[in-house]
Amino acid sequence: MDNFRPGESRTDVAHIGKSVVIKGELSGSEDLYLDGEVEGSIELRDHSLTIGPNGHVRANINAKEVIVQGKVEGNISGTDRVELRKSAVQVGDIATQRIVIEDGAYFKGGIDIRKDKDQTPRRETSPAHTQTSTPVTQVATPPSSPLPAAPVSSTRG
Amino acid sequence: MANSFFRFFRRGAAAQQEHSAQTTEAGTRRSSGLGELTRLLKGAEGLAVLDLGPTSPANITHFTELGHRVYNEDVLLLSQNPEYRSSSEPGGIDVDRFFKENLVFRNVKFDAVLCWDIPDYLAEPLVKPMIERIASVLNPKGYLLAFFHTKDAGPDAPYYRYHIHGADTLRLQHGPQFRLQRIFNNRHIENLFHDYASLKFFLARDNVREVLVVR
Repeated sequence: MDNFRPGESRTDVAHIGKSVVIKGELSGSEDLYLDGEVEGSIELRDHSLTIGPNGHVRANINAKEVIVQGKVEGNISGTDRVELRKSAVQVGDIATQRIVIEDGAYFKGGIDIRKDKDQTPRRETSPAHTQTSTPVTQVATPPSSPLPAAPVSSTRG
Repeated sequence: MANSFFRFFRRGAAAQQEHSAQTTEAGTRRSSGLGELTRLLKGAEGLAVLDLGPTSPANITHFTELGHRVYNEDVLLLSQNPEYRSSSEPGGIDVDRFFKENLVFRNVKFDAVLCWDIPDYLAEPLVKPMIERIASVLNPKGYLLAFFHTKDAGPDAPYYRYHIHGADTLRLQHGPQFRLQRIFNNRHIENLFHDYASLKFFLARDNVREVLVVR
């Protein structure tokens, strides 16, 4: 299974295979594709981390860009962008400028969208193309069937 | 517990993905409760919102674009974890363990909670403690939006995932086949939220009663 995106080259990305288990601090100054297990911490400040479908991380992650296809238990800080693919299981908080979540991804935690340093608005008009968070798997929407409702309120003192 | 969660989820995720391929849209519905919540939150920024339903990219988009923090915890899915089954506990569920490991929020209080129709599908022993737990993490004057079936559609009543599709519109998507456990009448609902300050009911024509509760 090739999990690299178009334009990515395997030679540009360090690769940790699915049989590798690492316990401790993992840091580096190049992009990393991780399909094995890591327990500890991951620090790739100016680079991207892709967690493959077999990847299982029990660590806090700090990277420029984080793409999750496997399982993560820990907080993710993606200074630029975090993406949860449909097979992702993320248990922990996410802090980033932009987030993309595919339909089918499982997420338990909090999301904190940090403002850009230059405060440039990143919102776009179409929800399907928003960079804040995008439901990548779009499904056709049937015609609306408005159901007006009448409010009834009760208040306790 | 983490390992057991991932073991559970490995099965759950596989089933979810298999189901996801088969999931169909179930239309949209106007939600007066959501419309009211949207109106009440309008203009505010930096609020903390808790979504108790399945992870919804649309809901996360909606609230993060308004400048809010979003928390997600799929209570119903978590309650299916066999690790919580206990033959010695009333109702067959280890309630203490469930709430020791879920709906635990340190250093955060919420301004709004999206409860959807989870109480209708959740196992009986978990319903009241869940509402009490939410009350403990909801800010004073915070809001909770919940839906309740108004008539017994049978145990096979479809469970929907709710995706926010506008200020007062929800996109419905068939979710996993959870079993409808009960029907709450108005008095049951008022008792359920007796720790809260006020309730506002919205009676829709599709056998769903929406309730906006204020802490």
